[in-house]
Amino acid sequence: MLALRDLRHAYDGRDVLRVDAWQAEQGAHWLVLGPSGSGKSTLLHVLAAILRPTGGNVVVAGQDLGVLKPADLDRFRGRHIGIVMQRLHLIGSLTVMNNLLLAQYLAGVTQDRSRVREVLVSLDLADKADAYPHELSFGQAQRVAVARAVVNRPQLLLADEPTSNLDDERCMQALELLQTQARSCEATLVIATHDQRIRARIPDHFELRPLT
Amino acid sequence: MNLATIGFSYLKARRLNTALNVLLLALGVATITLLLLTTSQLEERMQRDARGIDLVVGAKGSPMQIILSSIYQLDVPTGNVSWKQAQELARHRMVKKVIPLALGDNHKGFRIVGTNHDYVAHYGARLAQGRLWQTPLEAVLGVEVAAATGLKIDGTFFGAHGLGGREGEHMHEMYPYRVVGLFAPTGTVVDRIVLTDVASVWAVHADQYDITDVARIAELMPDEEKEYTALLIQYASPVAAAMLPRYINQNSEMQSASPAYETARLFTIIGVGVDVLRGFALVLIFTAGLSVFIALYNALSERRYDLAVMRALGASPAKLMWLLLFEGILLATLGALLGVGLGHLMTEALGFALVQARQVGVSGMTWVNDELWVVALALGVGVIAALLPAWRASRTDIAGTLARG
Repeated sequence: MLALRDLRHAYDGRDVLRVDAWQAEQGAHWLVLGPSGSGKSTLLHVLAAILRPTGGNVVVAGQDLGVLKPADLDRFRGRHIGIVMQRLHLIGSLTVMNNLLLAQYLAGVTQDRSRVREVLVSLDLADKADAYPHELSFGQAQRVAVARAVVNRPQLLLADEPTSNLDDERCMQALELLQTQARSCEATLVIATHDQRIRARIPDHFELRPLT
Repeated sequence: MNLATIGFSYLKARRLNTALNVLLLALGVATITLLLLTTSQLEERMQRDARGIDLVVGAKGSPMQIILSSIYQLDVPTGNVSWKQAQELARHRMVKKVIPLALGDNHKGFRIVGTNHDYVAHYGARLAQGRLWQTPLEAVLGVEVAAATGLKIDGTFFGAHGLGGREGEHMHEMYPYRVVGLFAPTGTVVDRIVLTDVASVWAVHADQYDITDVARIAELMPDEEKEYTALLIQYASPVAAAMLPRYINQNSEMQSASPAYETARLFTIIGVGVDVLRGFALVLIFTAGLSVFIALYNALSERRYDLAVMRALGASPAKLMWLLLFEGILLATLGALLGVGLGHLMTEALGFALVQARQVGVSGMTWVNDELWVVALALGVGVIAALLPAWRASRTDIAGTLARG
């Protein structure tokens, strides 16, 4: 379960995010919509537990993030939250296999090559295990980023603008991919987007309004 | 997957920069290793060569020159001393033993040293083959001489006039030496000289006597014509150290030189050069440290997204700190190991060149404990260079960095 209450975040003394209440069932798929400047990225960072909000209550996968000590928060983030960033940010000096093993290593879980292979196979990347990120097409790199986000079977899968810059066909493929992967780990899926094309595909919307 | 895999992958991704840093550090470490190995070996050898010799007496001149020429066989002698004065000195009550030396010729750059069997006993030289000389023009070779010339027992050779071994020297072709013995390695000056009787040197340089008389040369030659190049002296008692040198310098045509004092003075002079080189090597090592620092510091901005992503994947700030520290230590370890290896290789090459030049050799195949300090210094430099970048890495602002990218 994912729940927000009275969430506020201020940056340089100015409010950049305000959410009174939002609740998502475990395993549900949601879109976070809103024009740029409405705090979509900030909300995603708060949900990803990489940003502590100025105020309010955040519960992810049944855990109140506010009560976790920094070290516990790092561990929680590694084990239970997967994030696919818009710019992907794969580690360029590591192979695809090692990028995924890195996610297991940094989360502090057992490094399991068969799990890594299983994820790569499910994303049609089986032959790319030993490739370096710069050798991949954008589509392949995006699938590696998804693989890295789901390799630890997170309870919350976050994606930041995963379909921008994609043509219609690839847009639908990327969305399909995220939904399939989220379903296979029974994770809650939250996609921050302003892409109108995918509105119809995911019925649950959470709209952010720009703060003035 | 662990910190080492990640660290290695980054060093591999920046091969040229890594190679530069490792090389810089290795050159500094190699220079210091070379200095440590050569000075420690030279000091040890020079002390071993001078051990048990309390005083050296030669013709008037520089005491340093007397020590270098007669103990280490490196410099030319100051001149000769008369047989008569030597006999008087040998009878002095403060003198326990006198070993005479007569120099003047060489064979292929190796000095031919005329002396008596006391010299062999003093250096504890053992024969590998054959016997010691019994009559003039019989010679026993040091191990390096035998190796370089290929001479064997019963082989013959001529002495060339002078001590240098240069081409076109006057050869004493009337007087062939015959090899009667070969010394086992001693690790002393004996290894690189040809030993023979004092009378051999007299015979070769006294052309007016018939070659058939060589065996009786010491009897035939008038005492006034007999000369030594230098005398190695052992005191009868410690008191002699205070009295004998002054007595010799004031009451004879001879000059005394203390091996202990002159050797110490020599190391002081060499020490200045060694200090300059060591300073240069330290500058190299600290330049390497600065270069490692700059490389890691630049890596921070190049890798700011990588660092933020690692945090997002669950890495603690301490883990990022260790990653950067590990990279610094890895660079330093590679540099230190390469440097120590290179230092030994350079020393071995130097030793080879020195042996070719008939000088005191050094070996790269030994180890001195001070090398551990050099390795520790290099590692310390690596850690210090990585400290600030490591600290900065641990403070990576995840959300701020990712929001920008």
